Amino acid sequence: MKRRDFLIRSALLGCSAAASPFMTPVALASAPWDARLVVVILRGAMDGLDMVRPYGDPDYAGLRGGLTGGGVGEADLDGFYALHPSMEPLRPLWQQGALGFAHAVSTPYRDQRSHFDGQDLLEAGTVGLDTGRSRDGWLNRLLQSVPGVSGETSFALGRDQMLLMRGDAPVSTWAPESDLNLSAQARLLLEMVSHDDPLFSGAVTDAIHIAESLGLIDVPETAMDAQDMVSQRMKDNRKQAANGHRLLAEFAAARLKEEARIAAFSLNGWDTHKGQKPAIKRAGTQLAEVIGLMQTELGPDIWGKTVVLAMTEFGRTARINGSAGTDHGTGSAMVMAGGALRGGQVWADWPGLAEADLYAKRDLMPTRDVRAHAAWTLRSLFGIEQSVLETKVFPGLDMGGDPRLVL
Amino acid sequence: MAFDPVLAEIRFGTGLSAQRSLPNGSEDLLRRLSGPDTAAQTYPVPSLIGEGGAEVRLYNQLLRARNKARGTKNEEAARKELVAQRRKLRKIELRNARHILLRGILSEDGFRERLVWFWSDHFTIGPRNQQLRASLASYAEDAIRPHVAGRFADLLWAAETHPIMQVYLDQQRNIGPNSVAAQKSKKQLGLNENLAREMLELHTLGVGGGYTQAEVTGLAGLLTGLQIEKYTRPVFKTRTAEPGPFMILGQSWGGAPKTREADLRAFVEALAVNPVTLRHLARKLAVYFVADTPDEGLVEHVAAALIGSNGDLMAGYRAMLEHPAAWDPAPSNVKPPLDFVVSACRALDVHPAMIERMKDRNVQSKFLVPMSLMGQAWMKPNGPDGLPEADDRWVSPQGLAERIQWSMTAPQALTTRLPDPRDFVVTALADRAPEAVKFAAKAAETEWEGVGLILSSPAFQRR
Repeated sequence: MKRRDFLIRSALLGCSAAASPFMTPVALASAPWDARLVVVILRGAMDGLDMVRPYGDPDYAGLRGGLTGGGVGEADLDGFYALHPSMEPLRPLWQQGALGFAHAVSTPYRDQRSHFDGQDLLEAGTVGLDTGRSRDGWLNRLLQSVPGVSGETSFALGRDQMLLMRGDAPVSTWAPESDLNLSAQARLLLEMVSHDDPLFSGAVTDAIHIAESLGLIDVPETAMDAQDMVSQRMKDNRKQAANGHRLLAEFAAARLKEEARIAAFSLNGWDTHKGQKPAIKRAGTQLAEVIGLMQTELGPDIWGKTVVLAMTEFGRTARINGSAGTDHGTGSAMVMAGGALRGGQVWADWPGLAEADLYAKRDLMPTRDVRAHAAWTLRSLFGIEQSVLETKVFPGLDMGGDPRLVL
Repeated sequence: MAFDPVLAEIRFGTGLSAQRSLPNGSEDLLRRLSGPDTAAQTYPVPSLIGEGGAEVRLYNQLLRARNKARGTKNEEAARKELVAQRRKLRKIELRNARHILLRGILSEDGFRERLVWFWSDHFTIGPRNQQLRASLASYAEDAIRPHVAGRFADLLWAAETHPIMQVYLDQQRNIGPNSVAAQKSKKQLGLNENLAREMLELHTLGVGGGYTQAEVTGLAGLLTGLQIEKYTRPVFKTRTAEPGPFMILGQSWGGAPKTREADLRAFVEALAVNPVTLRHLARKLAVYFVADTPDEGLVEHVAAALIGSNGDLMAGYRAMLEHPAAWDPAPSNVKPPLDFVVSACRALDVHPAMIERMKDRNVQSKFLVPMSLMGQAWMKPNGPDGLPEADDRWVSPQGLAERIQWSMTAPQALTTRLPDPRDFVVTALADRAPEAVKFAAKAAETEWEGVGLILSSPAFQRR
């Protein structure tokens, strides 16, 4: 290589390295805020009446005794609500004010009770699916409305598509099971073959950096090793589907400790039509582990600036069905956590569970739009203007009074 | 800039292969496309409207039987039958995936496969219910594939009326509020505009194509009556049709429910030859095949040919292939994940039996899971607007990491003997191999890394 070529190449490499936010501390200063937001979509329709049990309601025992088996009061939170046993490990957070719930909430979605549409609407953040364009998600519209957002501000994680994050603002995606196994020589050669293509060379640099920062780079000795690593990964994926939520939480925390300010991912398994008791315990345990991991992995400083919102497409029927489960309903609960939360309370305008109080005589009546809670969180956490929230992020939303969710 | 057989196979086909003959001119590409559809005959995918629908109907029958048997002594037996049928549908789904891959890998008529992928994405569908989930591949088979070399009007009709499209865009819920069905129902039935909106915005006129909400509502009204029979066949049910007429684009369409099929057909014919529609299609073709920001002269040339022929797609393709801008030798669009893995298998000369006999779980782990991690979940688009067009949407750090990881590991699992990287660089890229890639092929420490580097390089990832 001639010296001149070498200089040009170094300069180009220098440029692409500088343009990569992973390579420069300046990226930290350019993040639009210091607070962190984690949005977890609970897919399948979480039964709010089981996760946050309104045992103080005179009709609750009659409706739900078959699932709770009585003795709910032992898990009391505040004299009216009690915690689902799977969430019990989080009680210390409740006591610290870093765990809270909004109850009897829902999106504007009514009556059809389809998971697909319900999730689309929850993530689109609009009033209806027919009236507006539901191609971008509310978190992306939030990002569109603030300056200083880069591709590293927000991560959509996991293999579930996150409509929530979809749109024109740049967002990174990563599935924690993606890794990158390259020998030192292959890595150099890869940089060389990508060198003249700015799009590829930038992405190669970033990919290697992300994989390294997460300890995802294993250097295989041989092709068989590499193949083994990949097939092991596939096996792990299959066997440890039960462990996927931990990977997501760890990954999200790792990014949030660096440049990222927003992370979103899904937890599945809430569609408890039959045998709800064991099914919701599995899902609830995963949610509790995710919240617990966020706290420990983020560390006290960043956890103190963090809010986690876990929301679902709709609730489930107030009554238990013939297969010891519940069917698609309307109102549910939102689970909130984080050091920045004014937790230790359940926000609800409780509608009651008497038949006349139920929605369509079957479901928990929603008394507040779940989007209002999300909007107030964005208002308090990131200082987003109310007018932006009510017109751009959640078009058509009336935010109502401030529930003061955030410290 | 003129026709180049190597570039033709890379940019307009499914990639270079040591086994397949290169096209010798644009007319040769078009001639292959007008000939018999050999790939589909060799690797069939069952039609939903025909035989494939039988499996779906059986599934539905078993589902109803299971629900009826709930709480009785027959429940367990009914459940077992249902589960067995679900497994069978899943096996069919994976066999279809194999066949779709094999068509691309082995075809001498790669342009046809690319057109099927393009139009399937233009008329995107996805899963909206469990019953049809396993049969999504039959949509392209029934509605897209037979029409890619025909009239756009026929393609448009076949796509919009297909049951899978109807389910995907909620057409079953689109009921005339003044129809017989709505009058007699206790439920509140009304229009659902989803199909009408996407038909105008995505499938024909395009965003900014000069239509308003009134057009969407009008078309939704005209679409009432279009329904699905026995889960799997399109049918017109006048009971659900809203009495017309409807004002759409300044003209009055349709009248009495009983002529709804013919009235809708007439509208679709007009919409398909509307110059705004054909301009939209011309640009999309140029963006998909040539460049994210295509040469305006190319777009104009294709549009003029489509308009002049009333939407004869062959005329549009011919115009694209004869325009010099289509042959700009600089590497351009990034291959979407399916196109990438197919072209890699083609270059690697993967033996068809390797894929035909591959276990279901390996089809998942070698192809479908990696493609999903690269950003293209199998038959599961992000939304009705389909796959992204912009290159930078594919070359995200994670998407690229997955492409690299696949390039380094899959070839070894898909071949009995890896090619020598120094030969492979010629098979995969011919005279388009940059010096840096040739050097990497030589300098890699192992064969698998050499092959992996060639497949990971922008020279192979772009076309």
